[in-house]
Parts: sequence; C-alpha cells; structure tokens
Amino acid sequence: MLVLTRKKGQALMIGHDIELSIIDIQGDQVRIGINAPKNVAIHRKEIYEEIRKENLSAIAGKNTDIQALNEKFRKKDEK
Amino acid sequence: MQLETAHFGVIDVDEDEFIYFPEGIPGFENSKRYALIGHDAKDSVFFWLQSVDMPELCFVVADPFMIYEGYAVDVEDEDVESLEITDPNKVITLTIVIIPKNINEVRVNLKAPILINVEKKLGKQVIQKNESLPIRYYLSKSN
Repeated sequence: MLVLTRKKGQALMIGHDIELSIIDIQGDQVRIGINAPKNVAIHRKEIYEEIRKENLSAIAGKNTDIQALNEKFRKKDEK
Repeated sequence: MQLETAHFGVIDVDEDEFIYFPEGIPGFENSKRYALIGHDAKDSVFFWLQSVDMPELCFVVADPFMIYEGYAVDVEDEDVESLEITDPNKVITLTIVIIPKNINEVRVNLKAPILINVEKKLGKQVIQKNESLPIRYYLSKSN
C-alpha cells in the first residue's frame, strides 16, 4: 500500500480525474472531500463489506421453499 | 436457452429475458446475467433471481414495497444513466432475501435494493444513502 502524508487543506490525485482533499482533521477523525466522475462508486468500506457479506449469505439453499414463505408472510399481512 | 441450475434443474429461459448486471452483484462480481423466475405470479411477494453464469447461484428476492410500508428508493443520476432509465414505470425494485435455517430470522436488505430496468434488461444493486434503512430487516418483527 502506498502511504502518503498530507496536511489539512492538501489534496491528492488518483489518476487524472479523482481528487481527494483533506478538509479537516479533529483528533482521530478526518474529513475527506472527494471529486470523482459520476460512474465511480464511493462507499464507506464497512457498509459495502456488510452488503457484500449479506449477499454471500443470501444464496438460496437447495431446499428453499418460497411457497412456504409466501404463505407464511402473506397470512401475517391478512391479520 | 436451456439453463442448468442447481435449484430448478434444467429450465428453459428465453435469452431475450436475461437481465444484464454490468457490475455483477457485490460478492458475485463474475456473474453478470440473471433470470427472474416467478415474477409474473401476481400474488407472490417472493420470487427468484437465478444467475445464468453461475448455476449454483440463486437468490430469493422480494418486492420491498410489499414488505416495508413507506419504502422509497432514491435513484442517483449515475444509476439512471447506467441503467438507461427513461421511463420510471419500467423499473422494478427488488430486495434480496436471506433465509437462515430458522425461518423467524428471514430478513431482507433494505439498504441495498436491486433495480432492474425491465425495458432495457439492465440491473444493479444500489446502495441507498438513507441512514435509516437497515441492511438487515427481519420480517418476523415487522408484524
């Protein structure tokens, strides 16, 4: 991993169209500004990882019975 | 096309009906083509999203609007662009369902719905910025 030291107010470029700016530093928190093309998805890593993990555990097992699910959860709706 | 699946055995799916996910789905980046199965059954909340590229990969998906009252999805400009959305009525929203052994722990991911432009057959899982939407929304607690 490339490690660079930057000060508040400084920035860095990734390629020629992604700019990361250090907006503010308060204790152990850093505010980062990002300028990137629209098609570059930017997410907090922990949220992206959690969604990825949920997806991985969502593979339907061979015995998954959605008929039962449809019945179970529809019945509840009718209450 | 004859599609071999782990879940349904060999099924016959019209290739024109395949939905293309240019970026795949996080965790399954290599599977780009999916088939929606059972979506035409009007009274069903749950149906299937079967991968064409990975026979063993099949998701149960649901209509989030029928599960969570007041659910709303923000579609970012870049998603309108990448999904080539011109008519919002041609977009369906799905939520991935996770079904653990204990059926009381069935949950859906409301934070990251799947958008499908049914006209263009393009799909994407989008992450919602709305902080109040849970990644794990348990269906049994909703009633």
